Amino acid sequence: MNDLTHSVEIKNLDLYFGAVRVLQDLNLTIGKGEFLVLLGSSGCGKSTLLNCIAGLLDVTAGQIHINGKNVTWAEPSERGIGMVFQSYALYPQMTVEGNLSFGLKNAGLPKDEIAKRVARAAEVLQIEPLLKRKPAALSGGQRQRVAIGRALVRDVEVFLFDEPLSNLDAKLRADLRVEIKQLHQQLGNTMIYVTHDQIEAMTLADRIAIMKGGLIQQLASPDEIYNRPRNRYVAEFIGSPTMNMIEGALAGTMFSGALGEMSVEGYPFDGDAPDATPAVLGIRPEHIASGSAAETMPIRLDSTVDLVEPLGSDTLARVTVGDSRLWVRMDGQISVHHGDPLPLGFEPARIHLFDKATEERL
Amino acid sequence: MAASRPSTLLRNLNAKIAAIPMILTALVVFTGGTIWTVAYSFTKSGLLPRWNFVGLDQYERLWGSRRWMVSIENLFIYGACMLVFSFVIGFILAALMDQKIRFENTFRTIILYPFALSFIVTGLVWQWLLNPDLGIASVIRAMGWESFDFDPLYNAQIAIYGVLIAGLWQGTGLIMVLMLAGLRGIDQDIWKASRVDGIPAWKTYIFIIIPMMRPIFITTLVIVASGIVKVYDLIVAQTGGGPGIATEMPAKYVYDYMFGGQNLGQGFAASTMMLLAVLIVVIPWAMLEFGGKKRG
Amino acid sequence: MANPATLNTAAASIDAVGGMLDGPQGPKPRKRFTRNNIIIYGTLIVVALYYLLPLYVMVVTSLKGMPEIRMGNIFAPPVEITFEPWVKAWSEACTGLNCDGLSRGFWNSVQITVPSVVLSIAIASVNGYALANWRFKGADLFFAILIFGAFIPYQVMLYPLVIILRELGLYGSLTGLVIVHSIFGMPILTLLFRNYFTSLPEELFKAARVDGAGFWQIYFQIMLPMSLPIFVVAMILQVTGIWNDFLFGVIYTKPDLYPMTVQLNNIVNSVQGVKEYNVNMAATLLTGLVPLIIYFVSGKLFVRGIAAGAVKG
Repeated sequence: MNDLTHSVEIKNLDLYFGAVRVLQDLNLTIGKGEFLVLLGSSGCGKSTLLNCIAGLLDVTAGQIHINGKNVTWAEPSERGIGMVFQSYALYPQMTVEGNLSFGLKNAGLPKDEIAKRVARAAEVLQIEPLLKRKPAALSGGQRQRVAIGRALVRDVEVFLFDEPLSNLDAKLRADLRVEIKQLHQQLGNTMIYVTHDQIEAMTLADRIAIMKGGLIQQLASPDEIYNRPRNRYVAEFIGSPTMNMIEGALAGTMFSGALGEMSVEGYPFDGDAPDATPAVLGIRPEHIASGSAAETMPIRLDSTVDLVEPLGSDTLARVTVGDSRLWVRMDGQISVHHGDPLPLGFEPARIHLFDKATEERL
Repeated sequence: MAASRPSTLLRNLNAKIAAIPMILTALVVFTGGTIWTVAYSFTKSGLLPRWNFVGLDQYERLWGSRRWMVSIENLFIYGACMLVFSFVIGFILAALMDQKIRFENTFRTIILYPFALSFIVTGLVWQWLLNPDLGIASVIRAMGWESFDFDPLYNAQIAIYGVLIAGLWQGTGLIMVLMLAGLRGIDQDIWKASRVDGIPAWKTYIFIIIPMMRPIFITTLVIVASGIVKVYDLIVAQTGGGPGIATEMPAKYVYDYMFGGQNLGQGFAASTMMLLAVLIVVIPWAMLEFGGKKRG
Repeated sequence: MANPATLNTAAASIDAVGGMLDGPQGPKPRKRFTRNNIIIYGTLIVVALYYLLPLYVMVVTSLKGMPEIRMGNIFAPPVEITFEPWVKAWSEACTGLNCDGLSRGFWNSVQITVPSVVLSIAIASVNGYALANWRFKGADLFFAILIFGAFIPYQVMLYPLVIILRELGLYGSLTGLVIVHSIFGMPILTLLFRNYFTSLPEELFKAARVDGAGFWQIYFQIMLPMSLPIFVVAMILQVTGIWNDFLFGVIYTKPDLYPMTVQLNNIVNSVQGVKEYNVNMAATLLTGLVPLIIYFVSGKLFVRGIAAGAVKG
């Protein structure tokens, strides 16, 4: 009765730390070979969830299935998982080879099998020249590769990553991100990856689960998360700079707020459009056209440039419309200055409307 | 314009004034005092220090003295047992305390409290507990084990072990606390990784955690060992060195000759030997700890 | 913020998985008395009892009369509680010619401990501050000698100090002993303070200097108020250490100025007269009381003191 195309299934999971409910009735199904990213700010429960899947934390209620087996009560080593930690957690007194083989030796695997697996992991991760070294003699990136290797030799279906790149500098982080993606393509394992970095999440994931307060806010592909955020929290969490939010009220297809009245005719409502309700209108800075491009847009505004942040490839401008401030992303070659007038425009298809009270997408 | 730099002596003047007690202590007491004592150990000083050089005479006498030999033997027995037992017991207790147990504070408070007591108090309590007529031994005999005979106060053969029991009671808590601090300093991810690898806890301790704690072990060892060499009060309180000379220790030898025997030369020679013993322990450690930074 | 109830339903609808399957669910069942727990708690309880035993025996012995002690079992609680031994230990027990009990030693110890603690902490904290923030040429060398000196057996410095104190006319006086305690407390305390001041953000010190504050001003107005805990740790360390001292007390003072530990040892280990074990234990407890109270009241700070001294030493 278990669907074998599901690699990991989490059913009605609850976890309390004392009286604090850290995970709340959580359900999650992860397909075979899927790359799932758990994304959220610190304290949202993402690492806790990962530790529950690994069996490092005892759940308060609910079930965890891995590969069709109910592992809710199983020891971490019996669950068919490998795990990579933020601090690498390499055994410092052992060589790289010792680190890779210690768990296998302990499980009583034959020597040639261990040697075979270590050799394969070393090849995949290109750490063969490092096998005789100790962790202290490795760079951060090399250490993280060894840590991945330790999961790899276990020959398991599911890999768990607990913020594996957080201790690395920006350049290395980008490199290893690519390597992890490549590794996933090469191995085809199920991977569950915890991070607070939205770029890692967007680039790596097949699906992203955005968490807050022990709940999954939205579970969807990166594309869906970006284009159709389920609620205001998700909308503001993804994207940099943050989505512009304008409070107001919706009556039919007319939205009136600080920017004046505008028609949202053409907005793809979730279900039926409400008759009249207080609402929040969101528009991403990169979806606001400026200058001459604004003229063709259905919704047009006049603004004044307040502050400019040139990034090279793009330029971010903070503009004022009446009393409201908006961020606009524009081409890096355009030059604007404080005080310049700037015509803006956008189309209703690119906006997001949220119910003001429930913060759910309309 | 007389905008010359202030003389180097006057720069940081306040800091230098503040450091005067340290400089005096380091130079006059620690360095000067040590050199003085070593130098006068080559003299025939008796009641008062006199500069009449006699070469190694005092050392020959020292190593020819039965009391000194017994002291050295005792120091080795006491020191070796103390180190082995206090480290093994201390580490095991720390590992037990590290199992997320309840009442951890209570247990720690109980096991460490003897360390707050002086050696004098420790020695006197155990003198009473080991009293052959009224102490623990009499209770055991009263319980039916008529032939029980453990009398480390009056039986010269085992007297040093009586001191050892008291020393362990007083000092093991310290080791436990230091080891526990070391265990708490271990990255929790290491434990998680070993659980995912399926390594049993005892194996994790032996193959991963203990090797990781090597620096703490060594530092603790040096501190405890240099403390053991100085052992004096415990002996004075518990046995007075007796029965006979069965529990004499080098530090007591020094004191007795310097302040009781009116034979300063012997005291100086014996204390120089103590210094030598400590140096043998401390210098390799200091070189490892502070000189080894070039390797990193 | 969003209403959790609606978010909850939203989350559930994302992944509409059917009800739970058979088999294990919820927390792994744990027996209250697993073999492991029995071993852990069993060992700790036995060890704790062993550690408490001497304290217990001291207390019960000190409350018994001598006839009861001679007849009975040292572990038995007193049949008839008497405070006579405590009174005797405090005010009547004899050492040599003096028969005014431990009270003399107690007051001597107070007179030794209080100024020694104040002086040694004052010197070491200023010195640690100078070493941490006002490094001057040669400071590291002196500090290294100082720390090294902590390991050298006192025995090699005992006699030179006798000579120094005699030259200063302080040999045999309380002042002399206070100086000795300050000297031998210096390595560990200086280390403690130096490490603490080094751990404070350096920007704070720099900001104060930019604002024109000098050596003492920064010490008193910025460092001191921020360092109360470490002063308490140092105080605990010194009070117990100095109160428990025996060797320096016996060497550098005269019999009528002996600290409590020395007097205690003289009372208990005197060869004259009949041994009064109850008085001895009362005296022992009285002497141990000050460090014990400090230990039980200070709790974690005591641990912090010895850990700071040992791990960083």
